[in-house]
Amino acid sequence: MATYQLNINGERREVTVDPSTPLLWVLREDLKMTGTKFGCGISACGACTVHVGGVATRSCIVPISHVGDRPVVTIEAMSADPVGRVVQNAWVEEDVVQCGYCQSGQIMAAVALLKHTPRPTEQNIEESMGGNLCRCGTYPRIRAAIKTAATQLTKGDA
Amino acid sequence: MVAPAIDRRGFLRVSFAAASGLLVSLYLEPNVLGQEAPMPQQQAKVYPPEAFVNIRPDGKIVIQVNRLEFGQGVQTSLPMVLADEMDADWTNVIAELAPAADVYKDPLFGIQIVGGSGSIAHSFTQYRELGAKTRAMLVAAAADRWNTTPDKCRTEASVVHGPGGQTATYAELAADAAHKPVPAKVNLKSATEFKLVGKRVKRLDSRPKCNGSLKFGLDLDLPGMKVAVVAHPPVFGGRVKRIVDDEARRVEGVRDVFEIPLAKGTGVAIVADKFWPAKQARSRLKIDWDLTGVEQPDSSELWTRYRQLGNTAGLVAVNRGDANAFDKIAAGDRIVAEYEFPFLAHTPMEPLNTTVRFDGDRAEAWAGSQFQTVDQMAVAEVLGLKPAQVTFHTEMAGGGFGRRAVTDSHIQREAAVIAKRLRGTPVKLVWTREDDVQGGYYRPMHYHRVEVGIGPDGLPAAWRHVVVGQSLLMGTPFESFAVKNGIDETAIEGTSDTHYSIPNMHLSVHHPKVNVPVLWWRSVGHTHNAFVMETLIDELATRARMDPIAYRRKLLKPDAKKLIGPLDLLDKATAAWRNKLARGHALGVSCHESFGTGVACAVDVSIDNKRPRIHRATIAVDCGIAVNPLSVESQFQAGIGFGLTQLVPKGAITLKNGTVEQRNFDGYAPPYIIDTPMTVDVHIVPSTEAPTGCGEPPVPVISPAVVNALARLTSKRYRTLPLVSV
Amino acid sequence: MPRIRAGLLVSIIAIAVAWIGSARFAGADASDNTASTAQGLAAWEQVYSVLTHPRCINCHTATNYPQQGDDRRRHVANVVRGPEGKGVPALNCAGCHQETNADSTGVPGGHNWHLAPLSMRWQDTNDRALSSAEVCRAVTDRSKNNNLDGPGLLKHHEEEPLVKWAWNPGRRPDGTTRTLPPLTHEQFVAATRRWVEAGTPCPTK
Repeated sequence: MATYQLNINGERREVTVDPSTPLLWVLREDLKMTGTKFGCGISACGACTVHVGGVATRSCIVPISHVGDRPVVTIEAMSADPVGRVVQNAWVEEDVVQCGYCQSGQIMAAVALLKHTPRPTEQNIEESMGGNLCRCGTYPRIRAAIKTAATQLTKGDA
Repeated sequence: MVAPAIDRRGFLRVSFAAASGLLVSLYLEPNVLGQEAPMPQQQAKVYPPEAFVNIRPDGKIVIQVNRLEFGQGVQTSLPMVLADEMDADWTNVIAELAPAADVYKDPLFGIQIVGGSGSIAHSFTQYRELGAKTRAMLVAAAADRWNTTPDKCRTEASVVHGPGGQTATYAELAADAAHKPVPAKVNLKSATEFKLVGKRVKRLDSRPKCNGSLKFGLDLDLPGMKVAVVAHPPVFGGRVKRIVDDEARRVEGVRDVFEIPLAKGTGVAIVADKFWPAKQARSRLKIDWDLTGVEQPDSSELWTRYRQLGNTAGLVAVNRGDANAFDKIAAGDRIVAEYEFPFLAHTPMEPLNTTVRFDGDRAEAWAGSQFQTVDQMAVAEVLGLKPAQVTFHTEMAGGGFGRRAVTDSHIQREAAVIAKRLRGTPVKLVWTREDDVQGGYYRPMHYHRVEVGIGPDGLPAAWRHVVVGQSLLMGTPFESFAVKNGIDETAIEGTSDTHYSIPNMHLSVHHPKVNVPVLWWRSVGHTHNAFVMETLIDELATRARMDPIAYRRKLLKPDAKKLIGPLDLLDKATAAWRNKLARGHALGVSCHESFGTGVACAVDVSIDNKRPRIHRATIAVDCGIAVNPLSVESQFQAGIGFGLTQLVPKGAITLKNGTVEQRNFDGYAPPYIIDTPMTVDVHIVPSTEAPTGCGEPPVPVISPAVVNALARLTSKRYRTLPLVSV
Repeated sequence: MPRIRAGLLVSIIAIAVAWIGSARFAGADASDNTASTAQGLAAWEQVYSVLTHPRCINCHTATNYPQQGDDRRRHVANVVRGPEGKGVPALNCAGCHQETNADSTGVPGGHNWHLAPLSMRWQDTNDRALSSAEVCRAVTDRSKNNNLDGPGLLKHHEEEPLVKWAWNPGRRPDGTTRTLPPLTHEQFVAATRRWVEAGTPCPTK
């Protein structure tokens, strides 16, 4: 067991856990933040996507001992994030979700994409969202929602 | 105040609970609709106080949904139906998933279930009547209050309007309305009066699913809760011989390690404070397994066996016309085709889980269950209780596709067995993705052998077809549902009931017994039967040099209304693009009816890096009244993405020497965004007929449509799935 | 007259250079730690055996995506190269591959995890390793190899974290350790040094 000082959505949180525990399980069980989902445990599905140090990261494979003081941002913070809020609104506007279980990860990935590439091409969307699994198959509406969000975010830009 | 009117045989019961408003429950005697319930019946004598509609003093209207929401949108659509007839303010409607109870049984199936694409089809009228009756009672209460008659009142957005501009909100009237007799009959709205039904209504659960606040079964957290994982035998039915658990027990947070019975064989449960220590401990367990007498299935051996069986006639399911017609047709006018379909895992995104707490004389269970009646009974049986002593909560589920409707309730049984030992402590059983991929309950593998004799008009004159595949329902309580004379109809649906006019047809089936647990997989037998049908029909169309839509149109029986409408609509909807495809692109067409809904599909496909690239899909569907056209559109846009699991290169579960070879999404990889169409447009045939389902109908059409396009590009036949390389 | 003298001068210089050069290449003086061309080529073959180890080609790939494992299957989650070999937004290599190996979850890690540039691909488009001559030519081409000279290449082999990672590849998710290259790191560096000292000779075919 070891004690870690974490920066979670801007707040200082302290946990005492086995150092091998993936960040995903620290979030879900020690911090009771269940918005980040467990889908596979081998980084193949993206349901566990968070942002660590500003980089989209699959939390199921990052042991807590590797996080350090880098800021961790989760789905729970997206409604207060200028890009996150627009993406969530686009998701609701386009009626994207079905079962919804993958959507935390999809949104975190989409936010990472749009923060880097505010006007993504179809190829950008396919490459950046290409590793997020949706068993229900909501991909066509995810594409549409990302484009809607991009339009919103770049409104008024030249 | 007022004694509740308890009417055991009656159809409605109204109860009034102080300060919580009007509560209406609806009870349908299982035999009322003349359907024989396949399951042992619990006679519902006592209803939960909250049943279907609860009007709160703050104006919120809470509607109970009698089946699981697992993506299909029922949590929006059924409340929408009720709210429309009730003239409720839709912005104040809250939908909840009802727990297990008799009153929530599916009116046709007689058990609480979601499946068979039946949510809207079976509960549309039920929820309409609930809404209409509630409205009638509210109006009666208002009429009383204003000393007038109901015909002088009208309702709109949770308000009753009376003569002279008088108004009263539903919340204000709820208490009085509860005293009113429940009308035996009500008038339902005509289609032109609908405010919500037939409109594109957005889902109620979007926002919470987008901000991480919605809790799924796996997210459940209870005070004192423990987490359990189970080590399952490497071969189905294996038994624990010896456990060495000292290293496992040394993992901090591990509470207990013990052998448990499974649906087949035995396993080892590990209970810990949290998931990670449980999983760590399991990987440090050393277990010797006893596999004596356990059949060790092997995919290549099974294919050899299935091919042999497929070359002989089985139990005859269809014998129409001249059984020897095929033999009379010249060799040059015959097609002989063999098809191979592998085992498929469902892999819903939310790993399987169930939480149970056992308190001796009662228990509580939480699960995203498609089968509450069955699962509740299973938990009760394990715990030595009556079902009524088990409060069974329905959690929101992250997908299902049939995986959460299992006749042996094996997940719930595992959880209950562990909960029994942990008496008083809630325990959440979690199946990891590895457990899920390797744990069985697959869409069975199938082999088809088809001999088609082509008539002089290019249409099929003779059709001899053998299907080989495990029965889903033999030996289960659902056997009488679909097994007749040794034939499991779910193995041949889509062929046996074809709407194509094939005068001489001989269809027979073999059901080998294999030591692999099998289960329905979204659209069940249609998954492989539609693929065979629609690829062969397309091959015939090509040989006849006919347009694939025109050929099907010609071959369909005149009464195949649910397919003719969509085909004609598809013809129109694709007119703009299907003859103007880019170089290297081809058109693929298919049509199929399942669960009462007819679908036609056209795709624009090219080949990119040895994989099909689907640029566009156009869907035309006849589902009767489209209760929520937005939901119908979503179901088809997304459902075909699910259906493409059959084509992706790693879309197969294989066994070698008794064990499943795939482990997780690395070995069994479902479709990602690149594997699915870039855009899908959905067109609904206008209809006033009763609604039929859209849950499963998207699945059967997509794989044959894509393969039909590939065949045009490469002139190859694709009869072995999945497509490893095009 | 001046032409003949110039020609003689050039010849003298040429002979002198050749003599000096051959003294270097002859390896006549072992105490100088020099290597002959033959020894250099032999050392190169040792270096080549490491470079074309399956898990090295996984990142020194001709494809638009990394591979993983000794069986060189396509990497999970459809990750792609991206404009700088570091992946794309939402799927950057360093997003999952941390600074060090994550043995509890089976994900390898090293500083600045990324793909080698396409100029440093050591396979052809049919997924076959390039020949020793082809790899040698690519590795020594300063217009393609980030302008590294011999000593630069030696330093890359000796100190680059991602190269050194190959000898500390961590555990797979199932707990087993990943395979190692055919030489130890010390042997690899020593062979590289011999090759560099021999003037980084490449086989002719």
